[in-house]
Amino acid sequence: MKPFRYARARDPQEAVQMVAVDAAASFVAGGTTVLDLMKDDVERPSLLVDINGVAGRAIVRAGDEIAIAALARMSDVADDPEIAKHAPMVANALLQSASPQLRNMASIGGNLMQRTRCSYFRDIVAPCNKRRRGDGCSAIGGENRRHAIFGGSESCICVHASDLAVALAAADATIHTNGPGGTRAIQVSDFYLLPRDTPNVETALHHAELISSVTLSLDPALANSTYVKVRDRAQYEFALVSVAAGMEIVGGTIRAARIALGGVAPIPWRVPEAEAALVGRPATAASYREAAEIALAGARGCGGNDFKVALAANAVVRALEQIGSAA
Amino acid sequence: MNLPLVGAPHDRLDGPAKVTGRATYAADFSPAGLVHAVMVTSEIGNGRIVRIDDAETRRQDGVLAVLTHENARRMHPEGHGFAFALMLLQDDRIRYDRQPIAVVVAESFEQATYAASLLRTTYESEPPITRIEDSADRYTPEEIFDEPADVTRGNPDRAFAGAPVQFKATYSTPVEHHNPIEPSATIAEWEGERLTVHDSTQGVTNARKRLATVFGIPVSNVRVISPFLGGGFGCKGAVWSHVALAAMAARAVGRPVKLVLTRPQMFGSIGYRPRTIQSIALGADRDGRLSCIMHDVLSQTSTFDEFVEPSALVTKMLYAAKNVRTTHTLARVNAATPTFMRAPGEATGSFALESAMDELAYAVDIDPIELRLRNYAERDQSENKPFSSKSLRECYRIGAEKFGWSERDPKPRSMRNGRMLVGMGMATATYPTNRAAASAVVRMNEDGSVVVRSGTQDLGTGSYTVYAQVAAETLDIPIERVRLELGDTDLPPAPLSAGSMTAASVGSAVYEAASALRERLRKGEKAPIEARADAKPQEHERYSKHAFGAQFVRVEVDPDLGEVRVRRMVGAFAAGRILNAKTARSQYLGGMLWGIGMALHEVTRFDERTARIVTANLADYLVPVHADAPDMEAYIVEEEDPHVNPIGVKGIGEIGITGVAAAIANAVYHATGIRVRDLPIACEKLLR
Ligand SMILES: Cc1cc2nc3c(=O)[nH]c(=O)nc-3n(C[C@H](O)[C@H](O)[C@H](O)COP(=O)(O)OP(=O)(O)OC[C@H]3O[C@@H](n4cnc5c(N)ncnc54)[C@H](O)[C@@H]3O)c2cc1C
Ligand code: SF4
Repeated sequence: MKPFRYARARDPQEAVQMVAVDAAASFVAGGTTVLDLMKDDVERPSLLVDINGVAGRAIVRAGDEIAIAALARMSDVADDPEIAKHAPMVANALLQSASPQLRNMASIGGNLMQRTRCSYFRDIVAPCNKRRRGDGCSAIGGENRRHAIFGGSESCICVHASDLAVALAAADATIHTNGPGGTRAIQVSDFYLLPRDTPNVETALHHAELISSVTLSLDPALANSTYVKVRDRAQYEFALVSVAAGMEIVGGTIRAARIALGGVAPIPWRVPEAEAALVGRPATAASYREAAEIALAGARGCGGNDFKVALAANAVVRALEQIGSAA
Repeated sequence: MNLPLVGAPHDRLDGPAKVTGRATYAADFSPAGLVHAVMVTSEIGNGRIVRIDDAETRRQDGVLAVLTHENARRMHPEGHGFAFALMLLQDDRIRYDRQPIAVVVAESFEQATYAASLLRTTYESEPPITRIEDSADRYTPEEIFDEPADVTRGNPDRAFAGAPVQFKATYSTPVEHHNPIEPSATIAEWEGERLTVHDSTQGVTNARKRLATVFGIPVSNVRVISPFLGGGFGCKGAVWSHVALAAMAARAVGRPVKLVLTRPQMFGSIGYRPRTIQSIALGADRDGRLSCIMHDVLSQTSTFDEFVEPSALVTKMLYAAKNVRTTHTLARVNAATPTFMRAPGEATGSFALESAMDELAYAVDIDPIELRLRNYAERDQSENKPFSSKSLRECYRIGAEKFGWSERDPKPRSMRNGRMLVGMGMATATYPTNRAAASAVVRMNEDGSVVVRSGTQDLGTGSYTVYAQVAAETLDIPIERVRLELGDTDLPPAPLSAGSMTAASVGSAVYEAASALRERLRKGEKAPIEARADAKPQEHERYSKHAFGAQFVRVEVDPDLGEVRVRRMVGAFAAGRILNAKTARSQYLGGMLWGIGMALHEVTRFDERTARIVTANLADYLVPVHADAPDMEAYIVEEEDPHVNPIGVKGIGEIGITGVAAAIANAVYHATGIRVRDLPIACEKLLR
């Protein structure tokens, strides 16, 4: 680990300013990801700016919207009754993430900014384009059981690690930021970037831009939603494959659908064609299976992860069945 | 004999010290002037070092020394037997991934860590071989644990050819790493030519001898101290490179040095369970009576040293069959030297044999317990000796009853819990009873309090408590009056805490010393008084000595997602006298739980292009977490064994894991109709 400086910011403006003037500075919230990456020498910030004092941890409902402060802990959000009621897939995704101890420390902003768990990315000995563009991708032709079946490129086939991000993608959430150039509102669908030939660039966030909150617009498909996560052990593991799904069902007919997949792509993987295919169809097993097949059309394994195509399809069906019967 | 057949479930005497942080593990000592060493390990798995550039490292604040092959002293790192060859910076050759290539010593741990990260090494890589399937460098080892590697009785090939029912299959198990919670740690300090080492070791006596050899100094010049361990499971059995490197560093800087392995380094130079490929052939009549068993094992070793995973030893004695062949072949690969890992041989071998028995049970349509009873070995046919005791029938009966085996509908995919497929499986557990020479001194002070002293160590298994019980019960005094001194070579010598032999070896010594003391007190001698016992196993064994047990497992399998979750486990074990029912139960349960990891989670994956381990952390190398622990019950089946050793105990540390992986694989087959012969049973193997 490289020696670094540490400073506490008092308000968002100060935090942004402190990071803006130093290209190698980083924010730290719960520290559960950034410190690991520093210990592994994957990230070597010169300065960590602690943002825990810059804003509250509130989760506020106003009309059809819930605003979650970026510094809310994963456990705050998972335990919030409004979230559980109006956006169960968000609560479910969090409750199946990490461990209780980590969820008590880890912030929502930090969760959205976590990096891939690709083992090669975290082992600085291995060539990795995400760590250093042009070095090559060790996962291609290497150990890639956990890697992408969608959205990868010649330069990177990693998967995004956050469960929350998958649920927020399905929910069409908005990420609000505060940066050197003022404030912005970014749709989750525009926030995460595919690797293409710049896998080192992961999000639309600029240097020194601070996530201040995340907002959810409530609707019936979000209220009737779930999160299915498949993994090797019962808890405390990143997804092999996951599905965030919501449906509005009226009189046995699907009115609206939201589906995003996790563990399959470098970004949370929304599947609009599968959603569209469900609308107007009866809430039956046949419709779910058809949607699952559409969702996985075009998926391609890279050897170790070929099984994920069938697994993800089954997980989509499972998620839809869960909310189909709940409705 | 004052000892009860099943000892009182006394709480651990060291429990309060451990939970309040007062127990001093190896890294918790701070001798005056302590400095910190960080080991740097190789980035490739096969090749040589072209150059190590340490200029930047040496420039850092606090750096005291950088040891590499260019400046390290000549040592004696050669291996012999279970003293494995060490990598002590003696040459430029890279033989495996994460081989030690340098040691950086600095005033603080942080300084050493950062300075070490600045070392720049250039390599010349050679293409590695990581899979035993790909290795042409194969041979038959000369011996395994003093026994021949290949053993035949009768004429198995002919018996197989003539058998009405023939079953053949190949099973494989992956490389697994021990990962005790406490990483290996050493503090080394020199005083002239005398070396004192605090080390997380399973054998202070053994470590002392090895360090003396490596440094070419008299054994009496070395003192090794190890009062507490946070588990070892075999990876702290032998002395590994880092221990000697810490002492080399201490000598180089003339100060006490602490070296603690990082978690990734726990996947480096401290051994692991090697990968095995095991072929089993069973010949039987239509009633399931075995006429022949053949078990051929291929396992890996390093390019420069030897460790044989003795998977087929269990097959020689477990079932009655006239014709048996067991073979062990080694394949050299570019990996570190493997070593003992909880139930070495039995854990992997019982996966193959006990899976095959389940497959045979289906082939002849006989209940798997009944099949085992029909082939019950009344004596050890391989050694042609009676068993000192064997209560396996009782284990099957009690285990089956507690588990509810009679509720099982044997048809695959016949049982469900809602959407989940339910499976029940069982397997036999077994582990040999070992014993080695051990000494102990029992002393009674004037006030009637007693001190027990022996150079054994408590791995975390409960040694402190059970020897106190043995002494207290033998002397008929309250346990509170007994104090233990363990884990120091200044104490009477004792063997490695391995092979489940500590209670049999050291327990016998404590018992004999305490008995002698009692005798002298009876004759009128007065405290303070001290008695020593040097207890040794018999030279000619008249009996075959093994502990036995039965494992029962219920799993649920998600038919669409392939997730396997173990819901219930019942183990019934007969292992002679039990010194403490509580610590024994913990050993059984811990072993069974680890069996879940072996069956479902654990696998060390290598990048075949570089021989680099890609799962060298606890996020990528999965072990069971609390949510994976099912309802578990371990039953102690009472067994009195007058032959096995003076106190009648068999080992309990390792038997708990044996059979579990097979029982789970058998349950998964019962649930799904899919037979998984390659561990771990990951979800992709169950997707149809
Ligand atoms: C063992 C383990 C298991 C885990 N399992 C899971 C899992 O199953 N599912 C899952 O989804 N996650 C999992 N995680 C990841 C965990 O959720 C993240 O570590 C956590 O959410 C990060 O939050 P933090 O506040 O600690 O972030 P920090 O470590 O403080 O920061 C992480 C990054 O985000 C940046 N950052 C933080 N806050 C902001 C902000 N407001 N604006 C802009 N940038 C910001 C930091 O600069 C840094 O780059 C696991 C982590 C561990 C260690
Ligand atoms: S998949 Fe991406 S993160 Fe992993 S090694 Fe390749 S480039 Fe690096």
